Amino acid sequence: MKKFETFTGVVAGVDRANIDTDALIPKEHLKSIKRTGFGAALFSDWRYNDDESDNPEFVLNKPETKGAEILVARNNFGCGSSREHAVWAVVQYGFKAVIAPREGDVPAFADIFRNNCGKNGLLTIELSAAQVDEIFQTLEKEPGVKATVDLEAQTVTLHAAGGDDEYAFEIAPDLKKKLLEGLDDIALTLQYEADITAYEAAHS
Amino acid sequence: MSKTLFDKIWDAHVVKDLGNDEVLLYIDRHLVHEVTSPQAFEGLRLAGRPVRCPERTFATMDHNVPTDENRMNITDPIAKAQVDALTENAATTGVTLFPLGDDRQGVIHIIGPEQGIVLPGMTVVCGDSHTATHGAFGSIAFGIGTSEVEHVLATQTLRQKKPKNYKVEFTGTLQPGVTAKDMVLKLISIIGTAGGTGCAFEFCGEAIRVLSMEGRLTICNMAIEAGARAGLVAPDQITFDYVASGNRVYAPKGEELEKAIENWKQFYTDEGASFDHELTIDVTTLAPQVTWGTSPGMGVDVTGEVPALDAVPEYSPADVRAALDYMGLEPGMKMTDIQIETVFIGSCTNGRLEDLREAAEYIKGKKVANGVRMLVVPGSEAVRYAAEKERLDRIFVEAGAEWRYAGCSMCLAMNADKLRDKERCASTSNRNFEGRQGKGGRTHLVSPKMAAAAAVHGHFVDIREEL
Ligand code: SF4
Repeated sequence: MKKFETFTGVVAGVDRANIDTDALIPKEHLKSIKRTGFGAALFSDWRYNDDESDNPEFVLNKPETKGAEILVARNNFGCGSSREHAVWAVVQYGFKAVIAPREGDVPAFADIFRNNCGKNGLLTIELSAAQVDEIFQTLEKEPGVKATVDLEAQTVTLHAAGGDDEYAFEIAPDLKKKLLEGLDDIALTLQYEADITAYEAAHS
Repeated sequence: MSKTLFDKIWDAHVVKDLGNDEVLLYIDRHLVHEVTSPQAFEGLRLAGRPVRCPERTFATMDHNVPTDENRMNITDPIAKAQVDALTENAATTGVTLFPLGDDRQGVIHIIGPEQGIVLPGMTVVCGDSHTATHGAFGSIAFGIGTSEVEHVLATQTLRQKKPKNYKVEFTGTLQPGVTAKDMVLKLISIIGTAGGTGCAFEFCGEAIRVLSMEGRLTICNMAIEAGARAGLVAPDQITFDYVASGNRVYAPKGEELEKAIENWKQFYTDEGASFDHELTIDVTTLAPQVTWGTSPGMGVDVTGEVPALDAVPEYSPADVRAALDYMGLEPGMKMTDIQIETVFIGSCTNGRLEDLREAAEYIKGKKVANGVRMLVVPGSEAVRYAAEKERLDRIFVEAGAEWRYAGCSMCLAMNADKLRDKERCASTSNRNFEGRQGKGGRTHLVSPKMAAAAAVHGHFVDIREEL
């Protein structure tokens, strides 16, 4: 896994709640046995017309937002299946961070999806509903606006025409460390090999 | 200290406390299928790591296999590549595989219980969100992503944070014709598809206690549709009888089974144990449920109507509008006026023998309505054999339905069984997302009995009036 470094990139907004994994990567694209090549399939039902040409209305096909690195959506993002391909598609398209709002009891990101993001170096940023509303308003006025994500400082800074808007976010310290250091879970766990063996001996 | 069922099993599987609320959790059973495993095996190979416990790992092909006569001959090149990759990966790592054509092949969540692979008190994972199914035995079972599949293959453990405990009590007695499927659809429409996020459900109450294992499996199967990671039912005599019955190759037998049962009796929630959330649903007046939208939480009583845009608490009017546009429905339409073109009976939600029996019992001597296509896909080859022994296949075929071989089939339409654009389907599966059963296809989730009745009438009917 690559280390997560501070970056500045274009922000693209998909103004929908409950964007499920079927929308992120329709299942026709799940049949690969490889780990790469899923970026082109991201949002493909919305991104492409039936004849496979680009749908010019979709945000990732607009010239200003093509190649965006920060995705903004509404709550319960990534609900649906546990397919990690959905995260791979988001990452392999080139996104490095996804922003969504928690609203009351409805989480910003679905559980398994958020978990899978952490394992693939994709940062999930939870902001308030009001903050995400603000970002969508800016995107409406200034398509192609950029933002800087600084994980060390836990901030997203939207570089709007009228000046920077900085938003602070929370992240679990262990996940933050893992992302910053680009650590692989399996290697971390194998440090406890002796504990696993002892558990197995005690329970066989 | 009093503990919940979930906490007892969890605590018994902690290998090490990693700090920050995270533990290393031992995994007793790892189930594997062809779609989410190739990259995990690839990752292991690239890192030069072996499978730690092949004897705890069981694999089958289910998601993309054809279910018709020609099923052994997979023509879709990518499906074939996945199936071949699993065959190869199982052979080189020593993982047990139930391949296509084997008597024990089937949907992974059907064969786990059926073969006695999953037992009370275990931790069970699979790279598939419907792994929650296995919680019906009183085990902790949850879906994981492919990176985690690789992690379990390499270490037989997972790094996990403990979910919260959520008690869902079903009281009262179901009316005839109303089933476990209706109970869980009702739950999801009450709390929404995110209502259980971060939690493990424990399903309890008298309406759960009288359910068969099949019914409990159906309810736990859809825990994930309410956002929960897992759903559990405490094991009881019904569980023990299920494990002792049939030909469950991997379950203990004889004296060993008796000893195991004594041990399993500790798996219940202690008096006074506290839950983070609690909900009680009285099923006495529960009507059969039908979904009208593109989320499993968008459901109503069959006697009801497609709701007004602002009448669905868990969804915004815009979400409801988008769902209705996709589904080709308008507020105020009676659910019983909705005409269907296809019926799918199968999946890990409702593809077990009891489900097929219930549908067959209704459809016996009747005919599928003109213009309706009905697909009956047993959840496993063992279910197919058992059903054929009871001649259920004849009943379905005589009614005009297609009788298939085992697989996920139209539950997710990764094989050739798909809905066409705008085709409307009464389905016993678990997801009605846009495009789930084929691009543009319109899915209504129902129980097997309700699906069979819809097949005969060509539209939804209240099964209670048919009995
Ligand atoms: S039957 Fe459907 S829900 Fe179950 S494992 Fe197969 S695709 Fe998933």
